[in-house]
Amino acid sequence: MNREQGGIWVYVGHSGGQIDRSAVELLGKARKLADKIGADLSAILIGFGVKSLSHELISYGANRVYIVDHERLANYTTMPYARLLGDLIRVEKPGIVLFSADANGRDLAPRIAARLETGLTADCVDLDIGDFEDKEYGNKYRNILLQVVPAFGGNVMATIVNPERRPQMATVRPGTFEMPDKDLNRRGEVVPFDVELEEGDNAVEVLEVIKKEDTVNFDGARIVVAGGRGVGGIRGFNLLRELADVLGAEVGASRAAVEAGWISLDYMVGLGGQTVRPDIYIACGISGAMHHIMGVTNSKIIIAINKDPNAPIFNVADYFIVGDIFDVVPKVIERIRLLSS
Amino acid sequence: MIDVDVVVLLKQVPDPKEYIRIREDGTLDREKARSIINPCDRSALGAAIEAKEKYGAKITAISMGPLKAEDALREALAMGADEAILISDRRLRGSDTLATSYVLHRAISKLERYDLILCGVETTDGGTGQVGPEVAEYLGIPQITCVEEFKIEGESIEARRTLESKCERLKVRLPTLLTISNGVYLPRNTTFSGIMKAVKGRVQTWSTAFIEADENKVGSAGSPTKIMKVEKVTFHRKRCAIGGADVEAVTANLLDKLVENGISLVEHGNE
Repeated sequence: MNREQGGIWVYVGHSGGQIDRSAVELLGKARKLADKIGADLSAILIGFGVKSLSHELISYGANRVYIVDHERLANYTTMPYARLLGDLIRVEKPGIVLFSADANGRDLAPRIAARLETGLTADCVDLDIGDFEDKEYGNKYRNILLQVVPAFGGNVMATIVNPERRPQMATVRPGTFEMPDKDLNRRGEVVPFDVELEEGDNAVEVLEVIKKEDTVNFDGARIVVAGGRGVGGIRGFNLLRELADVLGAEVGASRAAVEAGWISLDYMVGLGGQTVRPDIYIACGISGAMHHIMGVTNSKIIIAINKDPNAPIFNVADYFIVGDIFDVVPKVIERIRLLSS
Repeated sequence: MIDVDVVVLLKQVPDPKEYIRIREDGTLDREKARSIINPCDRSALGAAIEAKEKYGAKITAISMGPLKAEDALREALAMGADEAILISDRRLRGSDTLATSYVLHRAISKLERYDLILCGVETTDGGTGQVGPEVAEYLGIPQITCVEEFKIEGESIEARRTLESKCERLKVRLPTLLTISNGVYLPRNTTFSGIMKAVKGRVQTWSTAFIEADENKVGSAGSPTKIMKVEKVTFHRKRCAIGGADVEAVTANLLDKLVENGISLVEHGNE
C-alpha cells in the first residue's frame, strides 16, 4: 500500500432518483477536509440512470463524480457494488473513502475494507485531518484522517487512525454533519466507469422492496419532542404528540420507552437509533443515558423536563425543569397557544 | 430434511448493565466485568437452533477471545449447538475488526463444510457491525445484513432485510452469511440434554498456528486501525435551572427565559 496523498471520496447513497440527505451532509464535511489538505473531492454514484444527479453533487462541493451505471445495478446488492467500488478504488487510489452509516453503507463499507485489507472505523461522530505520532515505532504521519467515535456506551470519545494502509475508511452516522450550501456556480467533471458484470454479481436477487409506512423523518426537523421512561406509557406519548403538533415538531423516544413497547423502534434517538440535530430538543422524562445523549449533542438547544432532580440529562441541558411532565407539558401547550393567538 | 451445516459466530461481551473499566491505553478491562453472549449473536444462535429443528442442521459455534470465553461456548452447547470452537491465542490481543475477521475466516476454512454462517448484526461493546461482512468478503461468499426472518429453500435462502425506510425480500444461494437483528429470534433456554452435552462436550481450543493464520495479519500488528487517544466527553451547555412558585410560574419562566435568549416556542403556523 502506498502512503501518498490521494483524494477524498464519498460514496453517495440514493433512492427514488434522490440523493440521500446523509450523503450530502458527508460531502459538506468532506469538502472542508479536502480544502484543509488541498485534495480533490470525488462523489461515487452507483446505480441505474444516476448520471442526472451529478450536477447536484458538484453543486454541493464535489470536484468529480464517478458514475457506475448499469441496468442491473438499479437496486443495491452487496456483491456487484462491492466489487465495482473495490475495483474503482484500486485504479484511482483515493486516500480517504467515506460512507454514511446507514444500512447499506454498513453493508458495503466493511466488504470493501476486507477486500482491500484496510482499516475501517464505524459510526464516527466527527472527522478531522491531523498528525499522528506512533510512539511505539517512532513514526510520524502528517495529514491523516482522525476518526472520532464514542466508545464504551458513549462514556468516552476515542480518536482512531489508520496510519499505514490506504484508503482510510470511515462510516458516519446520518445527521452528524450540517447540510452544506448549494453553489450552482461550481464546476466539476463527470467520469463514467465501465461496468462489466460477472457471474458472482447476481448471487443475491431482490425479490421485492416494501416501503415502510409511518416512518419518522428527523432530517431537517426544527424541533424534536422526545419521551423516555418518565412518560409512563402511551397516554404520556399522546401528550407529547399534542405538544409536537402545537410546535410542528417530530416525536422521538429513548431506548427505555421503545423497550417498554410504548412507541416503535423507528422513533428511537441515540446510539443504535437515530442521530438528530434540531434547533430545539425537548427531552421529557428522559434520564439521559450516555447512549441517548450521544444522539442529541448536535442539537442547538436542549430543554429537559424530569421529576428526578438528579437526572443526568440536566448536565447536558441548556434549560431544565424539575417536574412531572403531566403537570408541566399541558401548561407549556396552554401558554404557547395563548401567546400565539 | 435438508441437512445444512450452520456456523454461528459468537462474541462474549461485558454485561452492558455493569460498570466497565477502561485501561490507560484505551482498551477495555475484560477481566473484571461479568460477561454474557452478545445479544444479537444470541439471536443468531436462536435462528440456528430453529433451523436445526426445521431442517436438520448441524450447528458449530465459533468464538474468538480469551480462555474465559469458553463459558459463552458452553452456554451455546447447552442451548443446542453441536460443536464449539474457541480461537484463543496471546497473539490475537489487540485485534481490530479486520484482524478478527481474518482469524474467523481462517477458522471457518478449517471446517469440513459450511453452508450457512450466522452472526449478530453488531456487538454491544464494539458496535461496528463490521465483522460479519468482513468475514463474508474474506470467504468470498455473499451476505445479507440486518435479517429479521429467513427460510431455507433447497440450495438457497429467502430473507427479509430491514433498512431505514423499507424492507427487502432477498434470495441468496448457499453458502452465505447472514447477520441477524437483535431480538428477532428468541434466545433459547438451556435444555437438560443440552446441559449434559455442555458438561461432557469439549470446547475445542484452536491456536493461530492451528488455523494457519498469517501472523502479520492478526493481533495489533495485523490491525490497520490504532487508537490515537481517548478522552472524556465534555459538554458545553448552559445548565440553567428553571424554577418558580408553581407549575404556572415555571412554564412562564421557561418561555420568558427562552425569549430572552432569542428562542421562540410558538404555535406551528404562527411563526
